[in-house]
Formats: sequence, structure tokens, C-alpha cells
Amino acid sequence: MSEEANMPLWEVFIRPRVGLHHKHVGSLHAADSTMALQAARDVYTRREEGDSIWVVASKDIYASDPSQAAENFDPASDKVYRHPSFYDIPDEVGHM
Amino acid sequence: MYSQGLIGADSNIVEDQAFLDAFQQRIDAEEKIEPNDPMPQAYRNTLIRMIGQHAHSEIVGMLPEGNWITRAPSLRRKVALLAKVQDEGGHGLYLYSAAETLGVSREQMTEELLSGKAKYSSIFNYPTPSWADIGTIGWLVDGAAIMNQVPLCRCSYGPYARAMIRVCKEESFHQRQGYELVKTLCEGTAEQKAMAQDSLNRWWWPSLMMFGPSDTDSQHSDQSMKWKIKRFTNDALRQKFVDATIPQAELIGLHVPDKDLKWNENKNDGKGGYDFGEIDWDEFWRVVKGHGLMNKDRIKARKKAWDDGAWVREAAQAFAKKNVAA
Ligand SMILES: [Fe+2]
Ligand SMILES: [Fe+2]
Repeated sequence: MSEEANMPLWEVFIRPRVGLHHKHVGSLHAADSTMALQAARDVYTRREEGDSIWVVASKDIYASDPSQAAENFDPASDKVYRHPSFYDIPDEVGHM
Repeated sequence: MYSQGLIGADSNIVEDQAFLDAFQQRIDAEEKIEPNDPMPQAYRNTLIRMIGQHAHSEIVGMLPEGNWITRAPSLRRKVALLAKVQDEGGHGLYLYSAAETLGVSREQMTEELLSGKAKYSSIFNYPTPSWADIGTIGWLVDGAAIMNQVPLCRCSYGPYARAMIRVCKEESFHQRQGYELVKTLCEGTAEQKAMAQDSLNRWWWPSLMMFGPSDTDSQHSDQSMKWKIKRFTNDALRQKFVDATIPQAELIGLHVPDKDLKWNENKNDGKGGYDFGEIDWDEFWRVVKGHGLMNKDRIKARKKAWDDGAWVREAAQAFAKKNVAA
């Protein structure tokens, strides 16, 4: 059982079709990237869910700390001047 | 992201009233709870137990049906059954992954299943002696599972809810292929129809038991509802299932083995629904506690699969290690 404790975890990303982003769909365990890709194909694309797969070792993903979400992301909420609707343009200008 | 890096980061949280209230407030606001968010230990434990049991059920659930793949009577039925059983394996994986985000390891869950410590749905401890059972399982067992799983798509725990959305998308074909199979038998010879009826007779009550103990006896229900892990009580879901299934049985000329079954127009706030007989709870608890017809066989089969696969897992890892070293 000790050997299996090392079976690494992989995050799986699928691209639904050419021109779109790869999107996280789930995770799985596999010994290496080749087997992770094979398993991801078997498990996550049985119904034409995509045409390309990325797998990333979970241990290589660094995530922002949810307890710092307020400090990280709230400051953007009072910067309305970053949005086009903040600026007054005469109607006669039409679409801009 | 299912990244495990921060799991346990909240382990030194003091669960005082302010913390619990703030958590409940998030739940009440329908915010999803994500893996690295602070959460009460009891919330975490409830989900680990529930998702773990659910994952085990998907995996063990492959056994009663896998049993019939080589004997499917036509290629059409065989490809359908193969695809369904393969889906169930996938469902197990999505769910194990969701449970792992809570800090429990895959190995630990496997170990608990094989040692008999972890439970799985009692339904899979019934045998499948006839081909009709494959249809009945799809129709009733997957049907009951869908009833349960659709509200779980709105579960407060993000990874569980997302896994359920995927599962539900795949589940619908399971029920339809099962019902089609039973319907085909009902349109066949008298013998085939009798086979379908016999199968329904055996699976009806165990299917109703799938929703778990009655609300008055369910130890986990209240808190799970408050935390929006569950959205409906066991009895409410069971009633929905009965109301949905009786017309389906009637349509193909089958009779549900319940002499107390009757239409009650006052049920469901006046919309009407079926009254049905008392479930044999002694049987339910007997099977849950490991004394069903197939409990021993199921675990034995899982253990054999796990042990027989050991050399494959070892070889794959040795190969991976060699490649890293090279
Ligand atoms: Fe399933
Ligand atoms: Fe299913």
C-alpha cells in the first residue's frame, strides 16, 4: 500500500473545440503524464466533450489563499473608471 | 481548482459561535463552499462520509451489471450495458476526486471500502439472477439515483455539486435504456413478460430503500439540510420516486408489489400522490449492516480486482520513476 500512496494526482483540462480555452473538468490519479492523458481521455471525453486535453500535476498548481480574497480582489470593485460605461459620451456619437 | 495545497490550512480554526454563524450565513446566501475555504469540521466530515459512500456505490454498482455483459442477448444491448457500466466507473472517479478535496486520500477510502468500514448503497447487495434485472436496475435503481442526484447538483459544497452535474448528464441514458429493455420484455412472449414482472417484484422494495431511513429515524438529515448539503428529505424524495414510477409501470402493464398502494388526491399539497405500504426496515438494516445476499461477494470481488491490479500499479510507478531518473 505504501507504493500506492505515491500515485500522483493530476488536474485535467479539456478544450471543447478549436478556438476555445482549455477548461478544468476534474482530476485523477496516474503514475505519469502519459497514463494521466490516457485515463483523462477514457474518463472525461466519452461523449465528444473535447478535442484536446491538458494534464497538470496537482502539486504544481499554486492557488491564491481564500482567506485573502478580500484584500486581493475587493479593491477592483471601486475602480468603476476602468469600465466604458463610466464615461459620458453624447448619444449622437453613436456606437463607440 | 482542486489544488490540495492549502487543505488543512484551516485546521487551527476555533469553531466559536461567530465562526459557525458566519459559515451559516454564507450557506444561507447560497454561496458555494470551495475546498480551501474555512468550514466546520462536522461539515467536512459529513461530506467525506457522504461523498465516499456515494463513490463506493458507483464502483460496487458496476458488479451486479458487469455480471451480464458477456450474456447480453444482442449487440445493441451489449454496447449499451458496456457504456453504462463504464460510466459508473467514471462516476466513482469524479466522486472520489471530490472527496479528496476535503483532505481524505484515495487510498484511505479504498481501504475503508475493502475492510468493510465504509458503507455503500444497500441496493447493490441484491443478486441479478435474470436478464430482466438489467432493465429493472436501469429503470428503478438509476431512476432512484437520479431523484437523489438532481438536487445534489445544488449542494453547497462546490466540488460535489460539479461532480453531480456531470453525473446527472450521463445518468439519463442509464434509466432510459433500462426502461426500454423492460418494455421490450413486456411486449414479448408471456414468459418474457413474467420475467419482467418477477424482476420488478424483487427490486421494487429495495429501490424504495435506496432513499435511506425514514426522516423520523435519519440521524444526519436535519443538519445536512441546514447546511444545504441535501435539499430534500429522504421521505420527500421517496415519495417523488413512487409518484413518478407508478405510471411508468402501468404503461407497460407491470404491477408494483404493494397491496397498500393507492392514489391519494390530498397528497403533495393537493396535487395528489400515491400512498404506499410500510418498508421492511428490518431488511434494510440487515443489508446495510452487511447481511444481505451479496455483501460478501461484492467486497470479495472488489478486493480481488484491487489485489490483481497491484502489479499493474507497481509496474506503472516503477516505469514512471525510471523515466524521471533517466
Ligand atoms: Fe452512476
Ligand atoms: Fe447510472
